[in-house]
Amino acid sequence: MAAPVSLLVEFGGGAELLFDGIKKHQVTLPCQPEPWDIRSLLKWIKQNLLKERPELFIQGDTVRPGILVLINDADWELMGELDYKLQDKDNIIFISTLHGG
Amino acid sequence: MPTSCSACGTSPAALRRPKTGHALCRPCFLAAFEEETHQAIVAGQLFQPGETVAIGASGGKDSTVLAHLLQLLNQRHGYGLHLVLLSVDEGIAGYRDASLAAVRRHQCRSGLPLHVVSYRQLYGWSMDSIARHLGPRNNCTFCGVFRRQALDRGALLLGADKIATGHNADDMAETVLMNFLRGDVGRLRRGAGAGSAGGEGAVPRCKPLRHAYEKEIVLYAYFQGLDYFSTECVYAPQAYRGYARALLKDLEAIRPSAVADLCHSGERLSLRPDLRLPARGACQRCGYVASQPLCKACVLLEGLDRGLPKLGIGKHQRLRDKLRDGQPLTQEELKRLGAPGENEGELPKEQETQMEPGVKGADKEPWGGWELRGPRGLDF
Ligand SMILES: [Zn+2]
Ligand SMILES: [Zn+2]
Repeated sequence: MAAPVSLLVEFGGGAELLFDGIKKHQVTLPCQPEPWDIRSLLKWIKQNLLKERPELFIQGDTVRPGILVLINDADWELMGELDYKLQDKDNIIFISTLHGG
Repeated sequence: MPTSCSACGTSPAALRRPKTGHALCRPCFLAAFEEETHQAIVAGQLFQPGETVAIGASGGKDSTVLAHLLQLLNQRHGYGLHLVLLSVDEGIAGYRDASLAAVRRHQCRSGLPLHVVSYRQLYGWSMDSIARHLGPRNNCTFCGVFRRQALDRGALLLGADKIATGHNADDMAETVLMNFLRGDVGRLRRGAGAGSAGGEGAVPRCKPLRHAYEKEIVLYAYFQGLDYFSTECVYAPQAYRGYARALLKDLEAIRPSAVADLCHSGERLSLRPDLRLPARGACQRCGYVASQPLCKACVLLEGLDRGLPKLGIGKHQRLRDKLRDGQPLTQEELKRLGAPGENEGELPKEQETQMEPGVKGADKEPWGGWELRGPRGLDF
């Protein structure tokens, strides 16, 4: 059993508009048999945080192209993307590049 | 732990650059991004010392990063530029309130002067009033056409020598894709250049970030703590660009060089020499570049001011010809041009005094009555 994981999940660049406009979410992921990774975090976000138009955030099992993901302020492309194993106190940031302004 | 930076070799990398695949740490990325922008400005000879440059400032990520970089590089490399923020207020309730507030915060922090021009001031119509007459569709047509001229007219008011806009490589690729899909050969030919020569208005344009990837612009803003505003335009769901943008992002996910490839295609595209493009002259009414006697904005305004808002949109050539020839339209035809039904009453006019456009050769004729005094054979 993986222990519960506490995370700071943030949305920016317009992605927060899909989450009631709330940018910072302090979340605790429950115990589960498998360790938490970004793939399972996305599923959890879809079920628990996403308020509208999920297709603008998630496509298939990953984020919609054009949404940047930072894991502790580093590009997730350097961290294993969906397979990154979440650690307690991690800071995960999703920034949309798709919104105008 | 992430890999270490490929430039300094010591700090942990903070991002992978989309263009090169290099992993850089935060300070090395910021330095590289600034230096590349400087190189693009120097290589493209975008500015001359002493010029006043109006930065098209929307409060969004691209123009916020552009304004920050131009100010920084102007100081660092002694360009000798006078920088001014120029914002356009389309008059969409709630939309620009927040983004103009973001521009004002940037103004306060940077100390750059700010000038705001409104559609209502420039055209006599706000976007909200246009949308009330037009319904939910086609608003982006008006908005886009009016915006293109609004920066020009605003820059003329400021006495600016140049307009700098925040268009990035992704925007350029989207534009190439859209023009291609629409068969807009004229735009394809002149669209991809740096913009200094191919501008459509009286004030030359440049796009210092046209080689910069959206991902890097967003990360630059994030790492620098630049605060910007992002929203979906409330009228945008109908916009064609959104589809081009989504397609491009999907392509990029399987082929990272898709953006650079499309920009390259746009720049290298050559047209058959025997291909005839419409000659580009000046609008008879406002002096803006036009391939027809009236520019697109003036046609759209003509429709609005006649209470026929769809006059300038879509395939109504036969009806435009009838109007031009002074023939009466049937109720049915009027309706197709967006006229209100009989019991919907008169359109409330929102005309205000026209601001002097100050455009060379501008025709100061009041709107309306053009079918009597305008040249015969006027063609939309
Ligand atoms: Zn480094
Ligand atoms: Zn005109």
